[in-house]
Amino acid sequence: MSGDADSGRPGAGSGTSSTGASWPPGSGQNPARVLVEQATYAYAATGRDAPDFTLGPISFEGNRRELISILGPNASGKSTMLKLLAGMFKPLSGRVQIDGSDASELDARVRAQRVALVQQESALLFPLRVWEYVLQGRYPYGRRLRFQSAQDCRMAENALLQVGADDLRDRWMEQLSGGEKQRVILARALAQEPSLLLLDEPTQHLDIGGKLELLRRLRRLADENRFTVIVVTHELNLAAEFSDRIVLLQKGKCMRTGEPTEVYQRDLLEQVFQAPLEVHLTVTGKPRVSLRDQDLPHAQAKAGWTIDPN
Amino acid sequence: MVGMGKGKREGRPPMRPLTPRRLLSVCAILAGVLFVAVVFSLRLGAYSISSRDIVMTLINGMIGRTNQIPSEFSLVVFGLRLPRIALGILVGASLSVAGAGFQALLRNPLADPYVLGVSSGAALGAILSLSLAPHSPLAMQAAAFLGAVGTIAAVYFLGRRGGQLDSSTLLLAGIISASFLSAIISFLMTTLAGRDLRGMAFWLMGDLSSAPPADPGRWFGWLFFVFFIAAGAIYTTASDLNLILTGEEEARHLGVHVGRVKLVVYVSASLLTGLAVSVSGSIGYVGLLVPHVIRMIFGSDYRLLIPATAIGGAIAIVFADTLARMVVAPTELPVGAMTALAGAPVFIYLLRRRMR
Repeated sequence: MSGDADSGRPGAGSGTSSTGASWPPGSGQNPARVLVEQATYAYAATGRDAPDFTLGPISFEGNRRELISILGPNASGKSTMLKLLAGMFKPLSGRVQIDGSDASELDARVRAQRVALVQQESALLFPLRVWEYVLQGRYPYGRRLRFQSAQDCRMAENALLQVGADDLRDRWMEQLSGGEKQRVILARALAQEPSLLLLDEPTQHLDIGGKLELLRRLRRLADENRFTVIVVTHELNLAAEFSDRIVLLQKGKCMRTGEPTEVYQRDLLEQVFQAPLEVHLTVTGKPRVSLRDQDLPHAQAKAGWTIDPN
Repeated sequence: MVGMGKGKREGRPPMRPLTPRRLLSVCAILAGVLFVAVVFSLRLGAYSISSRDIVMTLINGMIGRTNQIPSEFSLVVFGLRLPRIALGILVGASLSVAGAGFQALLRNPLADPYVLGVSSGAALGAILSLSLAPHSPLAMQAAAFLGAVGTIAAVYFLGRRGGQLDSSTLLLAGIISASFLSAIISFLMTTLAGRDLRGMAFWLMGDLSSAPPADPGRWFGWLFFVFFIAAGAIYTTASDLNLILTGEEEARHLGVHVGRVKLVVYVSASLLTGLAVSVSGSIGYVGLLVPHVIRMIFGSDYRLLIPATAIGGAIAIVFADTLARMVVAPTELPVGAMTALAGAPVFIYLLRRRMR
């Protein structure tokens, strides 16, 4: 099931090596790594904790080396979209495919070889070294009692190097700072050698410098490892700066997908985020979003204006 | 060896995941300690035998030269002390592996068959079978197993808050279930006329002195067979449990069939508890203490933890039972009292450390 689709993955033991760009992304000759086609999902009305909620239909594609950001206000369906991509949910209609097979139909271990998900870290029950944690990413490749091979160790070392956390290797997980932990969790995902890397609000607990560094790193990883990165985030400007494509959601509806300049339209963003916004282009042609000055209270007071909703 | 010391500044040991070789050497060392404990325990008692004679007797017994063993040695070693030690090994290993299993299953480091009330459930099952079908020993094991399975299911559902397993609610549910089940057991014991009440009360506190049935070899063969099946089943999930311990959701994303693993551990750990309780009553805290000590020494990798815990549990019970025979000689304490004396303070220590 996985053989043909896996052929493009970086060779074993050479997580960063590239086999040469056999096909330019988006050339149309090969199927996209990630294909979301008219996908919908709904929480059952009987679910006790979840309100009635419908997602989709959503369509977009993700190719190798692409970074895609899923944006939207709270409760817009971003995390549900991520669960669909991770194969944890089966779409009600439409398709969510990774390397040509339906994500939810894949065997759990095969899926873990293709998709890695970085979530908010959960509390560890017993102390664990960083290297032990990162080696867990090799689980989908193990057999029987899964004694890790020398190659597994190399992959884990490599992953730690790629996120710049090599020096943390022998530390205890519980002694790491928020940013360090984030990098280690990312390293474990890299050790899975995925073709699709999903991140659920990875910037949440980071300061502005940490956020910038993380997005830069993700951008570089997408290029080096030739995989697709999909990030759920609230960071409009960082998403615009680093993403190839944006998926904008509101209350479960897909408002627009496309390049940042296509999605970052003032009216659309204001409608989705319910805030007075301003969009302008930087010298590099990337859209930048800020709060509209004259609508802020102090600006109004200074100029003696009254609020004009139009 | 991956030390669990809190030392912050150590050298930089190479990344050393568990290898089969390290697994075997740790088990061999522990087996050596167990052997020493067994010899030590065999020596002690009203009839004193030297260590050398014990070892010679054991060796002669193992290679089948029984005619070389003096008959009084044979009676004391093989007839009296060894069966009791074998029972201790079985019970200690079963309870410890069950404890390690429950800790992973419920994601709670304080879980243990005794604290969760599973032992009481198994004891209730065993007593019911004693009163309903007193002469079929396997019925007792089966009933103890069913009692264990039922209790852990009840505790699991009582221990949830808002759909999530809550650590302290779970422990409370276990403790309350245990006291409720003990009340039923007391009721049964007082109403069941004609049975040996004192013997039963002793058994309930955890006791290894019950005589094995007529054919001890076969009997032990069966018990150890069930133990190896159940403990082996838990062992096949060891690397899955490692991931479940860092988060169920994450484990699922890494390719673990969480539901399947939990079912295997749930059934097997209940079976082990039922097995131990049906032959020795409820011996507390072994399933809590032993996995913790092993974790502190060898790390929390379940591939190593489970076999090491099994041998460690055997050592603990053999040691505790020897002490129980010695402290108030010529009478003896139930071994359960001995383990509770050591276990309860450690439980409180662990609980307080967690709450900080």
